[in-house]
Amino acid sequence: MSVPSDRKYSKDHEWLMLDGDTATVGITEFAAAQLGDIVFVELPEVGATFPAGQSFGVVESTKTASDVFYPVSGKVLAVNDALVDAPELVNQDPYGKGWFIKIQCANNAELDALLDANAYASLI
Amino acid sequence: MSSMPRRTPLFDAHTRAGARLVDFAGFELPIQYESPIAEHMAVRTNAGLFDVSHMGQCLISGPAALACAQHLLSNDLSRIADGQAAYSGLLNEQGGFVDDVVVYRFSAEKFLLVLNAANVAKDLAWIRDHAQGAQIDDLSDDFAQLAIQGPASRRILARLTEANLDALAYYHFTEGEVASAPCLIARTGYTGELGYELYCRPELANRLWDELISAGNGELIPCGLGARDSLRLEKRFALYGQDIDETHTPLEAGLGWIVKLDKGDFIGRDALIAQKARGLDRKLVGFEVTGRGIARPGQEVALDSATIGHVTSGAYSPCRKQSIGLAYVPPAHAALGATFDLIIRGQPVAARVVKTPFVDSAAATS
Repeated sequence: MSVPSDRKYSKDHEWLMLDGDTATVGITEFAAAQLGDIVFVELPEVGATFPAGQSFGVVESTKTASDVFYPVSGKVLAVNDALVDAPELVNQDPYGKGWFIKIQCANNAELDALLDANAYASLI
Repeated sequence: MSSMPRRTPLFDAHTRAGARLVDFAGFELPIQYESPIAEHMAVRTNAGLFDVSHMGQCLISGPAALACAQHLLSNDLSRIADGQAAYSGLLNEQGGFVDDVVVYRFSAEKFLLVLNAANVAKDLAWIRDHAQGAQIDDLSDDFAQLAIQGPASRRILARLTEANLDALAYYHFTEGEVASAPCLIARTGYTGELGYELYCRPELANRLWDELISAGNGELIPCGLGARDSLRLEKRFALYGQDIDETHTPLEAGLGWIVKLDKGDFIGRDALIAQKARGLDRKLVGFEVTGRGIARPGQEVALDSATIGHVTSGAYSPCRKQSIGLAYVPPAHAALGATFDLIIRGQPVAARVVKTPFVDSAAATS
């Protein structure tokens, strides 16, 4: 199971990749595989602000629905509209085309609380 | 019921194939191998192989067998030929489902009933209480049951058997060897595709499974319960415990065709006659989700904020690429094109009543 070293991870199986103070967020390959075939993704409104740990959307596979959580506090800058018509992108390319949202981080110190690739890999 | 899940004779084949296992009706069974959607589409376009050995079997035999079957079952077992099968209700006095069963008629003195796994103990007690002097035997541990389903199933099965599959019509069965294993070969299934169910001795199941996969030559893949559920839902086949149960009758479930009120007395008949005369309070309808969301069992069906029913089955349909489902609603809201909301995570999501089956495939029953 792939765990790229160019990003950080939450214990809830989200990944976060930082570019300046903008972070792209998605779910890990492990999470996508555990869910199975993903058939529906619900994402937040652009502009929403939120605390770390709050649910920002829902991902549903053929068999179950799961919440996805903001790994850090901030504001939603963009959502991946491609997932509306092609939720299977999350299974096919979880670290690329299957991204969920881009956020502006409110507090960079929160990033330190996230796991690096090695720590996440040992969790799964 | 024991808390330790039971295993079917094919447990090792599933773990070897990398199946993800779940507890289903007290059995540890594959929910999926690689991908439920790929498995679903394989059955619609080529072929899939299912382990359904968790299903129970009950033999009704002896001179009183036909009378017993006619008393217990809502369908008319006198009207089918030896070697033919029928889908039927096993009803209680109120006309509700004790179970829904497939009945194989060997002769007027021998009927094999296939029971839902979760209902086996209950069904056997019920059948024994109403045996009418017939011999009742629980054969659930004597059979493994494999289902090979899909347009390529006949071609693949023909490579392993001398049985005349071309002459085997829908809902008929024959006895013959498949890959040297003595089997009951039945043209039945739960997918709505051309397909067969094979019943054999449990100790022969693993070799039969492997021979079938190998004869499939890449056209036949193992399929789990996930695909089985979405396949049956697209064809509007009822699932016991969700769409039908002891409190719902065949008339409410849209299964009036398995009720033969003119065949003479049977358990539940009086209640169904009364229900028919009174009119139905609710009907099971098929709907498509037109808003954004996936229908799931248990969701509330609402109209103008008033609850009018509940979803009994709901899923993503791989063939229609949208969510579909079944729900009981009052007849006034059951017409084709009627709209209502499903309450998904507290929010209304639009749905519309559509014709069923949701997906056509005429070749399955011809």
